[in-house]
Amino acid sequence: MSEAAADLRDVRGPTALGGGWRRSLDLLYLIAVTDFKRTYFGTALGYLWSLARPLMLFGVLLAVFTQVFRLGSDVPNYPVLLLFNIVLFGFFQEATVTAVNSIVGQEGVVRKTQFPRLVIPLAVVLTSLFNLTLNLLVVFLFILGFGVSPAWTWLLFPIVLALLIVITVAVSMIVSSLFPRFRDMAIIWTVLATVLFYGTPVLYPLEAVPETLRDIVLLNPLAPLFELARNWVIDPGAPGPIDAAGGFAPLLAPMAIYVATCVFAVWVFRREAPRIAEEL
Amino acid sequence: MSSPISLDDNSGAGGALPVRASTPDGPVVIEARGVEKTFRIPEHRMDSLKERATHPFTRMQYRELHALRNVSFDVHRGEFFGIVGRNGSGKSTLLKSLASIYALSGGTIRMGGRLAPFIELGVGFNPELTARDNVVLNGVMMGLSRREAERRLDAVLDFAELEEFVELKLKNYSSGMMVRLAFAVMVQADADIMLIDEVLAVGDASFAQKCVEVFYEKRRAGRTVVLVSHDMGAVQTFCHRAMLLHDGQVEYIGDPEEVAMRYFRLNFAEGDAEEQASRGGVVFDANARLVDGWLEGETGDRVESIEEGEPLRFSVVVEARRELDDPMFGLHVLTANGVGVFALRQTLTASDRHPNRVLAGQRVRISGTLENPLLPGRYFVNCSVARTRRQGDVALQVLRLADFVVHGPEPGLGIVSVRGRVDALVEPAPEP
Repeated sequence: MSEAAADLRDVRGPTALGGGWRRSLDLLYLIAVTDFKRTYFGTALGYLWSLARPLMLFGVLLAVFTQVFRLGSDVPNYPVLLLFNIVLFGFFQEATVTAVNSIVGQEGVVRKTQFPRLVIPLAVVLTSLFNLTLNLLVVFLFILGFGVSPAWTWLLFPIVLALLIVITVAVSMIVSSLFPRFRDMAIIWTVLATVLFYGTPVLYPLEAVPETLRDIVLLNPLAPLFELARNWVIDPGAPGPIDAAGGFAPLLAPMAIYVATCVFAVWVFRREAPRIAEEL
Repeated sequence: MSSPISLDDNSGAGGALPVRASTPDGPVVIEARGVEKTFRIPEHRMDSLKERATHPFTRMQYRELHALRNVSFDVHRGEFFGIVGRNGSGKSTLLKSLASIYALSGGTIRMGGRLAPFIELGVGFNPELTARDNVVLNGVMMGLSRREAERRLDAVLDFAELEEFVELKLKNYSSGMMVRLAFAVMVQADADIMLIDEVLAVGDASFAQKCVEVFYEKRRAGRTVVLVSHDMGAVQTFCHRAMLLHDGQVEYIGDPEEVAMRYFRLNFAEGDAEEQASRGGVVFDANARLVDGWLEGETGDRVESIEEGEPLRFSVVVEARRELDDPMFGLHVLTANGVGVFALRQTLTASDRHPNRVLAGQRVRISGTLENPLLPGRYFVNCSVARTRRQGDVALQVLRLADFVVHGPEPGLGIVSVRGRVDALVEPAPEP
């Protein structure tokens, strides 16, 4: 019984992925799946609720923008574009807003077990991603039903999706790790998320924005992503982010902000992870 | 069962080794060197960005709290290691540092093997999920792989005796069921090193019995357990060695009896005057060592369970560690929850050859037969050895003797049965 005597490992204290990759992945999967099950199998209408929310928002906005403002008439396939955008943005918003409180909400686990901190916000994003996947299936049925023909560029859509997931994870990491120390994060982020909703080409196409405002909208890293998605999935005739921005150069700003957000997320999470248990 | 009940061997199953003799000297599996943990307590907590923004140049004022100072110790494989200390002595902080919940401020901890911390039972249980989902999730938290956790589901439910409630959501569980489930997960997680914080006193008597058995089983299986507890009885019963923490520093590491003694002394020294007065001039000291103690059946064999109403026949042998003047020996019977039921005291049966004194190294045998009023359940017996000190006060030592079960046809209400008669008669109607 003495052969393993030298097999001592340093105890490094709590970290983002304490306990190893394998365990973190198992936990991530289990938490996201059980959370998803809990949300949709506990209610009478189950999954339909998750679809009902974006559909309802879609119905209202569609009525407002086609009947009241008559904006939609200039944009090809506006109704499906609107639905598509709402579902995509809904994922970002749902995940990040839920993430704010996620670590604090799991206080018991954080303070009393050896738990990889990063898993908590990641599980929130993953749960939202399950929702998104189901919603996208319905959205694509709508798109086909509306008469948009499948194009080879649909195959590029996962790229946009991946970029959207990455920025969602980054923002979730930032807000969830800062919330234990700065409790106003919750309010700030709710407001910011709403600002982003209007500041992202969800309700309108980028080219419809006046030149002066367009530079501001283009600081938002989500803007070119949504334009790309539109260009590849809904409307191959749309200008796409480069043309809408008037060249490649203006796109450097959102790209830089995108990368900076991700780097900041990793930095701040690594910094906060070891002390979250003490801040709660 | 005919195995003896005594401190040295009350495992209940044959073949257990005496505790002290088998203190494992296997490889070191936990090595703590100069562990420091300092908390910075803000004098004025700035919780909001607004406060930060409006006072950007005020340095945050901190008070430093040294929860752990230069704590070093080793735990060997297969060892039951106790950590005791008063509230605020740093024992929970140490446990959380060992469990990677807190980051160290200084020093190193190295560990060999898979570790599972049990700071509190049922942490991470989600009331909205079924027992099945919770067990798997909790198993993974304790370090099992997903497949392994699923494989052990049946064993967990079997241990907790909750098979038929596997699909029930936890919010519909009673608190007792929840505790059983949590403990079962902990037992089945089967980590190499278990860190346990005061979770021994859980559940009803029969479940408590099961927990005790599990502990003996883990000890026999060579599992390493670090136990943080207030209960000196538990520490003395289970632990091979113990460590006493005081103000974040190691006060003593070694023999659990010595640790318990120092712990009592610390408590006593720092207790307030009122508390001291209520103890009537009692100090704690190491007077004697328990050699053996057992309960006897009718035929004189050692038993650990007796029938309701059957007399309690007991024998205890203690060895004086020092000269005991005017000694007083006591027996205390407590319920599984630690509530005292009754106590007996006896002075030395003096003779001409032996004045009222026991010399160091001499052994004293205390035995007797008592009426047994106990209702079915689990009980503990403690033995106390007190001596009169020159200063006029009494030095007392309490030794955990044994635990035993009283069994009977049906559980009664309360703790003891008393004889007597109660009448219930219909009153004649009052005259109008």
